[in-house]
This record gives sequence, structure tokens and C-alpha cells, in this order.
Amino acid sequence: MSSQVPSPYGSNGGANLADILERVLDKGVVIAGDIRINLLDIELLTIKLRLIVASVERAEEMGIDWWRDDPSLSSGARRRELAQENERLRERIAALEGDQEPREEIT
Amino acid sequence: MSTHGAGLMYTYAVARAGCRPPDGLLGVADAPVETVTEGALSALVSRVPAADFEEEALRAHLEDMAWLERTARAHRSVVDTAAAEFCVLPLRLVTVHRDTRGVQQILAQRAEEFLSALVSLDGRMEWGVKAYVEDAGAAKPAVPAGGSAREAAADGSGRDFLRRRLAHRQAQEQNQRRADELARAAHEALDKFAERSRLHRPQDARLSGVSGRNVLNGAYLIPREQAGTFAGLVGELADRSPGLRIELTGPWAPYSFAQPPQPPEAGGDTGTGAP
Repeated sequence: MSSQVPSPYGSNGGANLADILERVLDKGVVIAGDIRINLLDIELLTIKLRLIVASVERAEEMGIDWWRDDPSLSSGARRRELAQENERLRERIAALEGDQEPREEIT
Repeated sequence: MSTHGAGLMYTYAVARAGCRPPDGLLGVADAPVETVTEGALSALVSRVPAADFEEEALRAHLEDMAWLERTARAHRSVVDTAAAEFCVLPLRLVTVHRDTRGVQQILAQRAEEFLSALVSLDGRMEWGVKAYVEDAGAAKPAVPAGGSAREAAADGSGRDFLRRRLAHRQAQEQNQRRADELARAAHEALDKFAERSRLHRPQDARLSGVSGRNVLNGAYLIPREQAGTFAGLVGELADRSPGLRIELTGPWAPYSFAQPPQPPEAGGDTGTGAP
């Protein structure tokens, strides 16, 4: 259906955040900058993203999908669970980093 | 500029010398995009504050999804806006140098590699094609009306319940296999048309915000003048793949093809089979 063809540019071409991240983080030419962000750091970051987004799916693969058929536990439950998990991860990162005075946005 | 220490230089992409970014194009920190030229090559760069892009700050920022998203979108916007005008070699996110000289050194050191990549990508754009299958919400196991699974088990029809569950799971597996086959066939057709193709990992709905299971996530390198034909082919595949929802994104700068082709097991560049 050519009507689905996104108009080039302007409308972002229907790209979502995952489309963009998988290109700008995972692909593209790698050159050594003066600021050494170890590529490993970026890889760890993407791995972490994948872990966060993979957990519910993994549970399903293992057959733990009882909540799926329970209307009271549907997508809302998944979202809550994810939010809690994110919160826990954030706390852990905060604990690891030690100093958590809120930083001003630098302009 | 010799504002040493005050700002750093963020590089987006490499192009042939003489290519100029469109006027008014802004980069990640809303600074104007400029070019740094060395020999036959130019880099598209912009100034970024050291306070945000020194190692330590950067490492912290990269853990912040909101910052990451903002930066990724700005990076993409520069690269793709430039790519609409001339051939670019996209660089990975957060490539940062102290000054012009650092950028020029890289351009000089890797001139041959960059020029040959630009030749092979000139006049081509990347298009993304994703296929989704709606998860089998339609085929829920039939629980007796008004009864929960627990009640069903308690009144002795537990075996029936398990049987229905098994049937449900088998139907789901069959649906998945069919969707995977359709996705594979679609990829093969697109791959045949494209100059090069590359399979990305299927996306998770929570990052993409898209419903359904992602069964194909491919990138295809297409000559500019064939973009319309390619889009037509995608439409045809959508029409003859019942149960799959097929989406086209692009045109993108050739992100997925900027690095030299890798061995199949490393990147799936040969595109054998859907994920």
C-alpha cells in the first residue's frame, strides 16, 4: 500500500526511539575521540536496556504467563512492574554512584 | 576557534570536502553545525559544553534515558538532514574531540577507508522494514463462562482446562511459525531487491511503543532513484502477508552500512533468515 509510505523527512518518517537508538548506538562508524567513552560503556548501556525490556518476555518464554489471561493484571500490571523494576535499578545505580546531590541542568 | 577547554567538538558524520550542511542546522546542544575539512574529507561538527561531554559527565548522562533520547534524536536529525543533501558516513553517538585538530587527524588517518565507503554508499539511502504480528489475544483459552481457572480445576474439569491450555499454546506456536515464515519470505524478497541488507534485533514493544510482536527488523540499502519501487514492493509484501503488519521507515542515512561488512555470525549482514 503506497499510502503507508512515509513522506521523506519532516514527519520523522515513522521512526520510533528504538529505531533511532539501534542505529546511532549500535551502528555507524566508530572513531577514537579525545573523550574516551569506552565503547564497553555504551555496550553495557545497551545491554542494560535490553535486560530491562526483555524481562517480561523472558518470563513468558519460560511459561510464566498466567497474568496474561487475567484481565485485572493485563498491561497495567506489566507497566507497574516495569516502573518498580526501573525504580529499583535507579536506586541501585544511585547507591553505586554514591553522590546523589541533584545536579542542575547545565546550559 | 581556540576556545580550549570551554567547549568540545562533537562529530556527527563524515562527507566529501565541499559538502555543506544546510544553513541553520543545529546540533545536540543547539549549537550550529559546521564543517572541519582535511584533504578530501569534511566532518560535520558542532560545539558542545565540556561540562556535559567530559568522560565522567558523559558516562552519567548515558545512563539517563531522557538525556540519551534527546541526544540520539538530535544526532539523528543532523545526520539525516545532511544525508538528504549529500552522501554521509554516520558516526556513532557521542564521538567527541577537544578541538579541530583532533578531528582533522582522524580524517587524515582514515582518509582512504572513509573515501571508499563514501564511494560505495553514494546515491544510496537506508530504509527500514519491520513486520509485526499481533499476539494471539484473539485465541485466548476458553475458560467456562463465569468460572475462573481455579474453579474449573476444583470441580473436576481440571484436565479439560489443561487440555485447552495446551491447545491454546499449540495454536500460538503455529501462528508464530507462520508469522516467522512470512517474515523470512518478505526479507528474502527485499534482500534480493536491495544492494545490501542487514537484520537488526527484533524490537521490544516497551522501547518502540508499538503493539504486536516484532518478527522482522531489517535495513536495506537502496539507490535513491529506486526508493519508489522499493516502497511499492513493501506494499505488495504487506498485501500478500496476511496476519503481518509491515512498516516502512526512512529514508535514513546509511547507518547500518557505514561499517565494512562483517562476517555473517557477527552482524547477520548476509541476512539468512528472520530472527
